[in-house]
Amino acid sequence: MKLFSLVLIACTGLPVAVFSQKDFQKKIQSQMILAEPGAVVELPEGTFTLTNTLSLDGKKKITIRGKGVDKTILSFKGQTDGAEGIRVSDGSDIILEDFTLQDAKGDGIKTMHVIGITFRNIKAEWTGTPGPENGGYAFYPVQCENVLIDHCEAIGASDAGIYVGQSKDIVVKNSKAHHNVAGIEIENSLRADVFDNEAWQNAGGVLVFDLPDLVQKKGGQVKVHHNKIYDNNHVNFAPAGNIVASVPSGTGLMILATKEIEVYQNEILNNQSAGTFILSYMTTGKPIKDKAYDPFPSAILIQDNVYERKSGLPAGINPLVTMLGNKFGENVPHIIFDGIKNPSLLNAGGNWIAGQCISIINNKGQSIANLDAANGFKNIALINESFKCIK
Amino acid sequence: MNHLNVSNSMMIRIIFTSLICFFSLVSFINFTGPSYPEKLSEWGIFEGNLALLKPGKGLVPYSLNTPLFTDYAEKSRFVRLPAGVSVEYKANGVLDFPVGTLLVKTFYYSADFRKPGQDKDIVETRLLINEAAGWKALTYVWNDKQKEAFLEIAGDDRQVTFIDKEGKAQQVRYVIPNQNQCKGCHNSNDRMIPIGPSVAQLNGDILFQSGKQNQISYWKSHGMMLHVPALQTIARTAVWNDPKTGDLNARARAYLDINCAHCHRREGPAQTSGLFLTMHENDPTTIGINKPPVAAGNGSGGRLVDILPGKATESILWYRMQTNLPGERMPELGRGLLHAEGLALIKEWIDKMK
Repeated sequence: MKLFSLVLIACTGLPVAVFSQKDFQKKIQSQMILAEPGAVVELPEGTFTLTNTLSLDGKKKITIRGKGVDKTILSFKGQTDGAEGIRVSDGSDIILEDFTLQDAKGDGIKTMHVIGITFRNIKAEWTGTPGPENGGYAFYPVQCENVLIDHCEAIGASDAGIYVGQSKDIVVKNSKAHHNVAGIEIENSLRADVFDNEAWQNAGGVLVFDLPDLVQKKGGQVKVHHNKIYDNNHVNFAPAGNIVASVPSGTGLMILATKEIEVYQNEILNNQSAGTFILSYMTTGKPIKDKAYDPFPSAILIQDNVYERKSGLPAGINPLVTMLGNKFGENVPHIIFDGIKNPSLLNAGGNWIAGQCISIINNKGQSIANLDAANGFKNIALINESFKCIK
Repeated sequence: MNHLNVSNSMMIRIIFTSLICFFSLVSFINFTGPSYPEKLSEWGIFEGNLALLKPGKGLVPYSLNTPLFTDYAEKSRFVRLPAGVSVEYKANGVLDFPVGTLLVKTFYYSADFRKPGQDKDIVETRLLINEAAGWKALTYVWNDKQKEAFLEIAGDDRQVTFIDKEGKAQQVRYVIPNQNQCKGCHNSNDRMIPIGPSVAQLNGDILFQSGKQNQISYWKSHGMMLHVPALQTIARTAVWNDPKTGDLNARARAYLDINCAHCHRREGPAQTSGLFLTMHENDPTTIGINKPPVAAGNGSGGRLVDILPGKATESILWYRMQTNLPGERMPELGRGLLHAEGLALIKEWIDKMK
């Protein structure tokens, strides 16, 4: 009847001081397996070392709640099994809140196929010097709907700190991402609202990407506003092969192949390679075999942001920024467009058809360069023409 | 066990549960919620001394042509169909077993792999039960005395030692998955399913009490499977380590199918990666050829694509099969040891790929 005593504890929420670390893992895992709709799995105050993923599967209306950031610490430094710290799958209305999660061997918190997933007041981090041996994503909702990430902090991810992939209806707010390769990344996701966040000391602050060969093909309708995106000049420590490994150190915001993006009222400061990149997938140099994939960015508005950078060469050794440095020296323009437009969205005169243009207007300190990527970067040049949409 | 309610009426449930446990000793009942027996013996699956794994009434042994690797554990498998009910023949994919079907899989290590079956250390017995609401997985962990196995939902681990086929002493921390991790692999569109028993996997000979026989013809002649076409028309999964059963490509694809494709397929938990390794995938990119990773993180091992033809060691697929780091190794579960022979097969397959 060992199990029944576990159930009793799960039910009454007795203090856990009596549990050894292995018992703690079993106790919390049992609660997560037995939890009924409406249940709260309480994580007590203290530091707990776990050796295996904690997983929640097939559940509705469950809250997993600690006693606060840096009060409840789940350390996976000694993890021997499982590819993430916490995994939530196939559920709805799940809330994770008020704890710190450290040093997962793979990803920090992965949630997949959850409708209604909230991450609130959680710090997920890799301690120590950021490096390629760190896990990929700190926060990793994928193929989820109604995602809320609020008052979270991501540190040290070797891919993206806050990563939302192949998901729909997303809010990322009041959160911090630093010392990751990418701070916040929205990938192949629809309808994301990213605001009131801070991203600093990443290689790239905020990324909005559409990639080929994925189940959810097309992202877009993403708003990035009222964020502080600054000092993202950290060396890019992503393991080769990952798409973020090709993000130049010194990138504030990068829009890659996505559509219907609004970027407004952000402070995009001192990102030394580019405040904002707008790129097609061709510029990554990777082959495209996915016939359903649209590699071009379109319908993009960049308005009312503040751009600043310190005089100086671009950061890092990425070939793209080396070219920028060669061309512009210490005064690299803030907004870099690779110049590749979707030919099917242009009229006979070579201009965007209505509603599909890239519009860059009324930004403080605005300056734009065209990489001329379609012609082998031969004619990299400042653009003085208007980037206003013509209706 | 998730039917075991953690609610206010718990005392009533405990009493109720205990009653069910008591009455179930009468045996040959398929237990369903709200409770499952704490002890494996209560199921009445095996006759006599539990550790002999002697099948009770209705249990039929089965085997797969190419099985999933689980830290070199040996596996004993039985199926029990409900009395008088058959399974319909199905050309592709895991059979649609009728409600009431029980699959019994026991993981054990022979003390010396050169003397298989002798001096067994039985670690766990997993039951897959097809209930009206869908498949349910339970795992029973054997005690050190090998007299009984106990239901474990939260997972555990055990140190296991054995002498391998080369006579070398091996040690592994065998990991018993928690109930959710079972579904991490046994998963199709978030529903729990068996992984192995398709007709192609069953299309081979094994030793029955009545002698050696092809499993499909046994099932047919015993009324276990209906509408079976002529045996020579039925697909046959290659045996991964037997070149007589298939060429290099067929054996490598069979290995990847059973070891990877339970997650890496369109209905599986690794669908986010876009890498699909079922035997019937034909798109080169989809099976990883020159395909960049999506969310591999440190699992890329610094390699650029899943499969670089001709160069296994520069392929992520090979890298993840040969690393033992928990966040990087593949499969994620059940592989604390490298599968040297499986790795060699995949290496040869990629190295010879043009």
